[in-house]
Amino acid sequence: MTMQTVFFDHNSTTALKPQVLEAMLPWLTQPTGNPTSRHVYGRNAREAMEQARKQIAECAGVQVSQVVFTSGGTEANNFAIKGITANLTPSQLLVSAIEHPCVTRPAQSLAWHDWKVVQIGVDGQGVIDLRQAEQILKTRTGLVSAMLANNETGAIQPIAELATLVKASGVLLHTDAVQAFGKIEVNMTALGVHAMTISSHKIGGPIGVGALILDKRVDIAPLLHGGGQERGLRSGTENVAGIVGFARACQLAMQSLDSRRLTTTALRDQLEAGLSKLGAAIFAQQVTRLPNTSFFAIPNIEGETLVTALDKAGFAVASGSACSSDSTEPSHVLLAMGVEPDLARGAVRVSLSDNNTSEEITQFLAALQQQVQRLKGLSAVAA
Amino acid sequence: MSERKPIYLDYSATTPVDPRVAQKMIPYLTEDFGNPASRSHPYGWTAEQAVENAREEVAKLVNADPREIVWTSGATESNNLAIKGAAHFYAASKGKHIITSATEHKAVLDTVRELEREGYEATYLQPEADGLISLEKFKAAIRPDTVVASIMLVNNEIGVIQDIEALGNVCRANNIIFHVDAAQATGKVAIDLEKLPVDLMSFSAHKTYGPKGIGALYVRRKPRIRIEAQMHGGGHERGMRSGTLATHQIVGMGEAFRIAREEMASENERIRMLRDRLLNGLLQIEETYVNGDLDHRVPHNLNVSFNFVEGESLIMAIKDIAVSSGSACTSASLEPSYVLRALGRSDELAHSSIRFSIGRFTTEADVDYTIELLKSKIGKLRELSPLWEMFKDGIDLSKVEWAEH
Repeated sequence: MTMQTVFFDHNSTTALKPQVLEAMLPWLTQPTGNPTSRHVYGRNAREAMEQARKQIAECAGVQVSQVVFTSGGTEANNFAIKGITANLTPSQLLVSAIEHPCVTRPAQSLAWHDWKVVQIGVDGQGVIDLRQAEQILKTRTGLVSAMLANNETGAIQPIAELATLVKASGVLLHTDAVQAFGKIEVNMTALGVHAMTISSHKIGGPIGVGALILDKRVDIAPLLHGGGQERGLRSGTENVAGIVGFARACQLAMQSLDSRRLTTTALRDQLEAGLSKLGAAIFAQQVTRLPNTSFFAIPNIEGETLVTALDKAGFAVASGSACSSDSTEPSHVLLAMGVEPDLARGAVRVSLSDNNTSEEITQFLAALQQQVQRLKGLSAVAA
Repeated sequence: MSERKPIYLDYSATTPVDPRVAQKMIPYLTEDFGNPASRSHPYGWTAEQAVENAREEVAKLVNADPREIVWTSGATESNNLAIKGAAHFYAASKGKHIITSATEHKAVLDTVRELEREGYEATYLQPEADGLISLEKFKAAIRPDTVVASIMLVNNEIGVIQDIEALGNVCRANNIIFHVDAAQATGKVAIDLEKLPVDLMSFSAHKTYGPKGIGALYVRRKPRIRIEAQMHGGGHERGMRSGTLATHQIVGMGEAFRIAREEMASENERIRMLRDRLLNGLLQIEETYVNGDLDHRVPHNLNVSFNFVEGESLIMAIKDIAVSSGSACTSASLEPSYVLRALGRSDELAHSSIRFSIGRFTTEADVDYTIELLKSKIGKLRELSPLWEMFKDGIDLSKVEWAEH
C-alpha cells in the first residue's frame, strides 16, 4: 500500500486506536477460555466480556442487561428488523428512504411474511419528513426503523421526535446508530427508542463486533440459535478480544467527543469553503450533520471518475457507501432528497477523523482543483 | 488474578490463538485497516487481497474451491445459515422434513427446533451405544419430503467421527441436501470435499487455534447448492452473508487453517500418544468407562465416566486442571450431558463424566499430573461414598430398593 495515502473515508471504517489494540492483545495472545466454560479460563473471559458490556452500556446511556453483542452492525440491524417483527402480528413496517441496505434488505425480505413495507421520505436536506411519518402511522404499524445519522450525508435525523410520534401510536422504534454513535452524544434512554444498533469499527474498534441495545420490554426472537449465549438472544461463542476492543473504543470515543467535534468541524469548514469556491454542490449543508462528514458533487464530473483520480493523487475518499461502491447507480439517499440523477452521479464523500490535518485539507483541495480542471478539459475536448 | 492457572485440557471448548496466528493478525488491526468492500482506494484493496488469500487457505485445508467458502461470525452462524438457508430455499420443491442426530451441537439442534416451530418436521436419530449413527437407521428415516440432513463430522463431547462419506452417498441418492458441522474436525481429520458427498460444511476458527468470532460455511458449487441468506445488506459474500468483513479475523482463520494443514499429521501423532498415555493412566482407576467409540475418534478427545463419584464434587476436586463436564455451551446447567444420555449412559454415569481435550500446547507432564490428580481425588471421594463401600462389599446396587424419605 502506498503509505502516503491520506485517509478521508472514516465513515467506511476507522483505524484501530493503539489503546484498543493494547486492550485486545491479552485476549488474543494469552490463552483465553470459552466464556461459557466454568473453569478459570472461561470465567476470566466472561468477566472481561461483562466488564466490556458495562462500559458500553454506560457510553450508550442504558443498563448493562440491555446490550446484546453481535458480529457487527449488519447482524444487529437484521436481528432488530427480523427479530422484532417475528413476534408481532404482520402489519406495516416503516423504514426511512435513506437507510443502509442492511436495514432495507431485511425489511424487504419480510414482504414474504405478510408485512407491508412503507418508506418515509426525506426533505431536500435529507431529513426524515415527520409529518409524512405521522400520516403513515395512522395505519396500523408494528415497527419503524430510522437511522440516527446518515452514512452518506451525515444528516442527523429527528429520532427523539419520531419516538414521541411512535409512542403515541404504540409502535416500536429501532434506530441504526452505527454512524452517529461515537461521533455525537447518543443516549438511547433519552432518545426513547426501543432498539438501537451500534458498531465497533466505525469508532476506532475492531471490525466484526457490534451490538443491538434493547429496551427491556421488547420481545425479540433470535436470529442465531444454538448454545444460548447472550441470554438466548444471540448464540455463538463470543468474540472476547473483539468485545473488549469495542468497549475500549467506546470509552475513548466518549472521552474525546467534544475535542473531536471541534477538530473535525474546523477541518470540514475549511474543506467546504474550498469546495464552494470550486462550484461544488454540498448536500445537507443546511442541517445539523455529523461533524466529520461532507458529501458533495462537482457538476458535470462523475463521482467515480473523481474518486479514482483522487486516489491516484493520494486521497482515499468514497463515492457513496463502501458496501455499494461496486455499483454505479446514483446514491439512493440523494435521489430520495430530490437531487437530479446527473448531479447525484457526481457525489463524493469525505469523512474525517481528528487525525486528519488542516494541511491535508489544503493539499486535498489543491489536488481536487487540479483534477477538476483536467477532467473538465477532457470533457470539453470530448464535447 | 492471583489464582495459579490450571492445566488447560479443554481444547474442544476453545483453543488458545497460536502465536503465529496472532502475529499475522496484528498488522491488519493496525496499519492495514481498510474495509475490504472499499473499491476506491488501496486501503480497501489490501484488505480484500488479505481476505482472498485467507479464503484460499481455508479452501485448501478441505480441498475446496475458494469460491465455495463464505465467511461467517463462527460455526453457530454457519450452522444456522446452512440449515435454515437450505431448508427455506428447497422446501417448496422438496418438502419440509429434516434429519439430524440427537448428539449434534446445540447450534444444529436449536436451529432444527426453530424450523419445527416454522412448520418443518424433524427426525432426531439416536446414536448407537458407541456414539456412531447407524447407516441403516439413517436410511430408514428418509422420507419423500426430506429436504436437509445435518450430521456432524466429529462430536464435540465424545470426539467420535461419523461416516460422512456413507451418509452423504445416501443423501445424494435421495436428493437430500447434506450439511456437516465440521467445527470440531478441522486440523484433526483430513477433509477432502472434492471426494466427500457433502453440500454444506461449517467451520470455526477458534477450535483450530484461530480467533473467536470468525467461521466459514462451505457451499458446494458443483452441483450448485443454493441457500437463503440470513443476514441481508451490502450483498457481501455473493449475497449469501452481508456485513463488513473482519479482515484481521479472517486473516487469523486463514493462518490457523494453513498451520493445521501443514502440521496436522505430526501433531495428531503426538496428541495420540498423549491421549493413549492419559487413557492408560485413567483406566488404572477402577470403575472407569470411556464414552464413545475409541477407534472412530479424534485423538484429541477422551471422555470418561468415573462411577461412584458425584459429578459436581469431582469438578470441584480437580480444579487444578481445566476440563469440561459436558459441552461448554451447556455447562452452566447441571443437567447431565444430553450426548452421554443419548448413548444410553445412566444419569449417574453421565453426571460423573469428564471431557479431557488435548491440544497443541499439552505436554507429557500435563498428562502425568492429570493422571495422578484424578487417581488421588477419586480415591478420596470414593472413601467418603457409602455407595462405593456397598459396591466394594459386593452389593449389586441396581437391585437395592431405596426407601423413600
